[in-house]
Amino acid sequence: MSLRTPLGRVLGHGSAKAGTDHWWAQRVTGVALVVLGLWFAWSLLQLHGLAYGNVIEFVRVPLNGILLSLLCITVAYHSYLGIQVVVEDYVHSAALKVASLIASRFAHIVVAVACVYSILRIGLGA
Amino acid sequence: MSNPDRPLSPHLSIYRWPITMAASILHRATGIAMAVGLIVLASWLVNAAAGPDDYLAFQYSMSTLPGRLLLIGWSLAFFYHLSNGIRHLFWDAGKGFERAQANRSTWIVFASAAVLTSLFWWGLS
Repeated sequence: MSLRTPLGRVLGHGSAKAGTDHWWAQRVTGVALVVLGLWFAWSLLQLHGLAYGNVIEFVRVPLNGILLSLLCITVAYHSYLGIQVVVEDYVHSAALKVASLIASRFAHIVVAVACVYSILRIGLGA
Repeated sequence: MSNPDRPLSPHLSIYRWPITMAASILHRATGIAMAVGLIVLASWLVNAAAGPDDYLAFQYSMSTLPGRLLLIGWSLAFFYHLSNGIRHLFWDAGKGFERAQANRSTWIVFASAAVLTSLFWWGLS
């Protein structure tokens, strides 16, 4: 006989309340980053020592700008999810934990926005 | 209340480290290192958008010995985390959990990280 409530069985969240969203988000962004990360590493090799003109020319190609933006957003999200687990594992004071998580979220959003803004600025030729 | 003399189950410091344990903590360490490295990724793009002078200054700072060592470290962290991440995806699918398999795949991950990092810097130079 199951001790679970009918609602609990339907929601399928187990005892964790938050469900498996975090786990899934980490895997899905991870799979995306296998592709985007290898594309990025391979692209850097085509840029002949990363000289200024080559980098600008590369980012101006629409497909490159789009993939680079996706890489930055996805890597910032994946990184936030990872750092979140580290903080939850090692920071035991409730106040410090919440403060660290908020600071980490802000920092990751700043990184993602700075990257996408720069890519747009290069791509739109400001 | 807590009794300091109570028997405790063995903790990390008791065990001789199996290679899989080192690989596991390295996955976390490389992830944290790359989170810090995101600042450099963003700086690279911000300086490129700012113009040739700023970009040259950024490139110079990264060409110094500490800058170069950091970049090599981050590239090694990237290829390690990538290789080990793929191994994690196999584990998520329920494959490769036998001890012999896990030990073997650990060495494959180490080798893959070393080879990819070497190839990357060889291609970059």
